[in-house]
Amino acid sequence: MPDQLFFAMEVTVNGLMAGVLYSLVALGFVLIFKSSGIFNYAQGVFALFAALTLVGIQNGQVPFAHLINSIFGTNIHKFGWHVPSVLAIILTIGVMVLLAILVERYILRHLVNQPDIILFMATIGLAYFLEGFGDIMWGSDLKKLDVGLPQGISDTIETATFNWFGYGFFVDKLDIVATVIAVILVTGLTLFSQYTKQGRALRAVADDHQAALSVGISLRYIWVLVWSIAGFVALVAGMMWGAKSGVQFSLSLIALKALPVLMLGGFTSIPGAIVGGLIIGVGEKLFEFSIGPMIGGATENWFAYVLALLFLVFRPQGLFGEKIIERV
Amino acid sequence: MNDMSPDGYTTADGRKIGKVLMEMKNITLRFGGVIAIKDISFDIREGEIRAIIGPNGAGKSSMLNVISGFYHPQEGQVYYRGEVRPSLRPYQVAQQGIARTFQNIALFEGMSVLDNIMTGRLTHMKAGMVAQAIWRGKAEKEEFENRQKVEEVIDFLEIQNIRKTPVARLPYGLKKRVELARALAAEPQLLLLDEPMAGMNVEEKEDMSRFILDVNDEFGTTITLIEHDMGVVMDLSDRVVVMDYGKNIGDGTPDEIRNNQAVIDAYLGVAHD
Repeated sequence: MPDQLFFAMEVTVNGLMAGVLYSLVALGFVLIFKSSGIFNYAQGVFALFAALTLVGIQNGQVPFAHLINSIFGTNIHKFGWHVPSVLAIILTIGVMVLLAILVERYILRHLVNQPDIILFMATIGLAYFLEGFGDIMWGSDLKKLDVGLPQGISDTIETATFNWFGYGFFVDKLDIVATVIAVILVTGLTLFSQYTKQGRALRAVADDHQAALSVGISLRYIWVLVWSIAGFVALVAGMMWGAKSGVQFSLSLIALKALPVLMLGGFTSIPGAIVGGLIIGVGEKLFEFSIGPMIGGATENWFAYVLALLFLVFRPQGLFGEKIIERV
Repeated sequence: MNDMSPDGYTTADGRKIGKVLMEMKNITLRFGGVIAIKDISFDIREGEIRAIIGPNGAGKSSMLNVISGFYHPQEGQVYYRGEVRPSLRPYQVAQQGIARTFQNIALFEGMSVLDNIMTGRLTHMKAGMVAQAIWRGKAEKEEFENRQKVEEVIDFLEIQNIRKTPVARLPYGLKKRVELARALAAEPQLLLLDEPMAGMNVEEKEDMSRFILDVNDEFGTTITLIEHDMGVVMDLSDRVVVMDYGKNIGDGTPDEIRNNQAVIDAYLGVAHD
């Protein structure tokens, strides 16, 4: 077989792996949108904040170090200990749950029965607040995230494929880990939403607030629960992206890439978020590889958005979204 | 029926009515300057079918919303099972065994009939989250019991043939019945029905009336309902409260209400000369 074809296959595999990361971010959006109809603009910043907190805790960074130092004239930066990865991850989950409780207490509770656009604006506010807050809390420098995930090109796959096809595939180990984690996460979330009482309650709340209340569901509890889960998904996404390209503030911009993913997959579908992410991941890599050279490259910046635009015209509910029916 | 014994009474058709289950004492509810309910008191007894009637805008639905915790009155107390009930949220009221239906049907449109009715069992699910997700131990037994109860309700209301249908596809009359099924699945002590027969044809009304009587008879459920169809109200209920402009203008058996001058005036209008 010609190398050209193998190369295309390799690009596809790598596209799939990159797509998994898009899917992870999109998943957080879907969870919140499904259960409360809110498009959470802050989801990307959630991922950033989770990653920052994780690195901060792991390295024993003192929170608000700059603030404390400039007020009290001290010079402290680190506690001087190193927290093991697992413990740091658990602590970060705790922080994300706390964040969910605060969001419910100080934002959602006051905006019950407001139009969706008001809630959307509130999440924009939340996004900017949290970005600034993360900056004050942990500092804005680029940080290296190392939670012990394998990284670099997988030699096993390269040798194996070279022996079979005479062409060694380059696959990043981290991407494989990300894929496995994404599969576990989606399986877990599906089991949760289909078979548990809380999952059933969550679907009920998504459908009708009044009816949910009348069967004994606490809206506040469900909101805290769902924002906590979204926070957890954000942590996983932030961890993967952080391990891949360092924890930096541009991480919050990956939220923008999740938008075309959602338009493709549908805002209300968990499988949709996954498939949408994969299509965008593969699509933009293949497009860059095949058409890119003819039109000067850098197509990855806009390809996803153009694809989303086409979807908006021809299938506005996305691939898996609920069909939009207006009864008159 | 002013001299009623605290232990209950026997109805004309020989049913035993028990002690006071819920008592509303001097309830006043205001929305800003608008007074929706003004100093209303009445009680609901165990095993009774109690109707609240009145012209449009009389405050009947507001009253039901006070009972189910959706509204909180500015003045007055709600007694439930002999104790003052603190200001509870609607989901807490539901957990106390009070189920309800809505005037404008509040179902989970995206779910099937079966799933909708299953949500009525949420207050009866106690197993841990993980046990439920992997379907082991207590969760398995519980799920089985809940399913059984749901099937019973489905049989009872004769909706076997639509159990897998998405609710959004059902006609209005059936939606009303599914909503009743969901409320029944919770095995409530007190069932609140907000205009269960609104918009139904004669046949559907007859079915619904039969179901309401059967629920009361077979499960011993106490029922409080709001209804505009006077024929239905007079046939079904044991006692009737009449509201007009937020005030209580009459309370008694259907016969007493029929002959109550204030009630007749409120419904037919009164000449001002």
